[in-house]
Amino acid sequence: MIGKKDLEHIGWLARLELSEEDKEKYAPKLNSILDYFGEIDKADTEGVEPLYHVLPMSNVFREDVPIKSLTQEEALSNAPKNQDGFIKAPRMM
Amino acid sequence: MYENPDGVMIGLEVHVQLNRLKTKVFCGCTTDYHSDPPNSHVCPVCLGLPGSLPVINKKAVEAAIKVGLALNCTVEEHTQFYRKNYYYPDLPKGFQITQYDFPISSGGYITIEGEDGEHRVGITRAHMEEDPGRLVHEGTIDKSKYTLIDYNRSGMALLEVVSEPDMRSPKEARRYLDKLRNILEYLDIFDGDLEGALRVDANISIKGGQRAEIKNISSHKGAERALLFEIVRQKNVLRRGGVVVQETRHFDEAREITLSMRSKEEAHDYRYFPEPDLVPLKISGWAPAIKATLPELPDARRLRFVEQYGIMDDHAKALTSELKFAIFYEDVAKKVDPKMAAVWVCDVLKGELNYRNLTIEAFKKEHILSVIDLLLNKKITEDGAVDIIRTLLDKGGSPFEIVKEKGLLKVEGDIVSTAAEEAIKENPRAVADYRAGKEKALNSLVGAVMKKTKGRADARTAREMLLDRLDKS
Repeated sequence: MIGKKDLEHIGWLARLELSEEDKEKYAPKLNSILDYFGEIDKADTEGVEPLYHVLPMSNVFREDVPIKSLTQEEALSNAPKNQDGFIKAPRMM
Repeated sequence: MYENPDGVMIGLEVHVQLNRLKTKVFCGCTTDYHSDPPNSHVCPVCLGLPGSLPVINKKAVEAAIKVGLALNCTVEEHTQFYRKNYYYPDLPKGFQITQYDFPISSGGYITIEGEDGEHRVGITRAHMEEDPGRLVHEGTIDKSKYTLIDYNRSGMALLEVVSEPDMRSPKEARRYLDKLRNILEYLDIFDGDLEGALRVDANISIKGGQRAEIKNISSHKGAERALLFEIVRQKNVLRRGGVVVQETRHFDEAREITLSMRSKEEAHDYRYFPEPDLVPLKISGWAPAIKATLPELPDARRLRFVEQYGIMDDHAKALTSELKFAIFYEDVAKKVDPKMAAVWVCDVLKGELNYRNLTIEAFKKEHILSVIDLLLNKKITEDGAVDIIRTLLDKGGSPFEIVKEKGLLKVEGDIVSTAAEEAIKENPRAVADYRAGKEKALNSLVGAVMKKTKGRADARTAREMLLDRLDKS
């Protein structure tokens, strides 16, 4: 069961600020998803190879050949703040 | 048998940048950004822009297999990528593409010179991942007001080599790093001189405490210092009756101390899940062909040097511990007496280079050949040879010019003989001291002979001639 504490933790991990109202709304929704996984868990998977990846493919490669990169101006064009060619972000600690 | 009184256990996670590749791991941006402006080698993939798709560099996979094989690992049948989710400005996507339970290779070892002889350090796994961007902090990491980000490094191919906690001292950790770097250089997949080429996180615990993970170590010496500090810190905590808690610590290189990070992310919750944009790899079949192309590695070369050239194992070890030295020595050894070459390249030249903080590129092969040639033909003394090597390193020139300029040509035996007789006559006190049993007095007599011959006499010959005369009279 996902309680209020779990919800706050999940919110923090996704950097989402959740209001009390949000928490009340999301808890039952997430719990119903979990319940459904509970249903899936009941399936008999004896002798079934686990699915490692959804695509039935392997070994897709690229050769080690350079392409043209963006210019510095293009690279910085979506950054809210920049300085001396660097992207500027809030402090971390 | 090494006792390991404090129960020190050290495991290292080494991030190796595969910087010999032309392009990054999941995009075609070039890897030669080191002297370029920030954010000038980036594209939608390595900037994590929406809708961009990674495609893996085949050469990066080959290089990873090469390293795995060189570290005695097994190349796995099935390998795939995961998203490791966390928020930090060096990751533009909010996750790092890395590997998790299906690394490309695992279960190997490296042999190092341990506290009590040969010591095997287990390699848990060597897995592929992308390098995050580079962060620049104004001031120190804990006081900086903001962070500057350069994504040129973002998406560089990394190999994370994870060891077992098999090292029992900071010295062993350093030797492990030296050995690993040496192997990587032999493999030609990595240029260790480039900034950020090899980065280390260290896990360390002592008996009675939990482990600390130390981040931000940027050199082998730094690793040793950080670990030495950490052992003292953990012992002090325990001595005061405290508890050594599991935590991440930051190494402050300037102050040579480690600091607790106390970050909210401490309880890691990475929520790994398979990277949907990259399909699994089934490449264990490549291993035999790649193995066949592996170059001779340091340990094998060391054995061969001993067998082929008849040199001492200590010399072979020192010569092969750096690829460039090994090549230099071998070129020289093919042309002159290999044993003599070992002494002059390993004992003399290497020492003189280290003393000046120079690399082998600072010295020409032809020059060491000339020096050895002059010695073999008894044209110069050993002291003269050292003098030539030093002069070449400090001022340049050629061995023959230096011999001429400095008058280093060895003088004839009878001149030394005369000088020895004179020295004995002129220094009755030293002679008396020597006869009274002061062995050291002989040195001042040898010095007198050298002075008379302006250093061109062979010190050993001078000594013998003096002894000969002193014992007779």
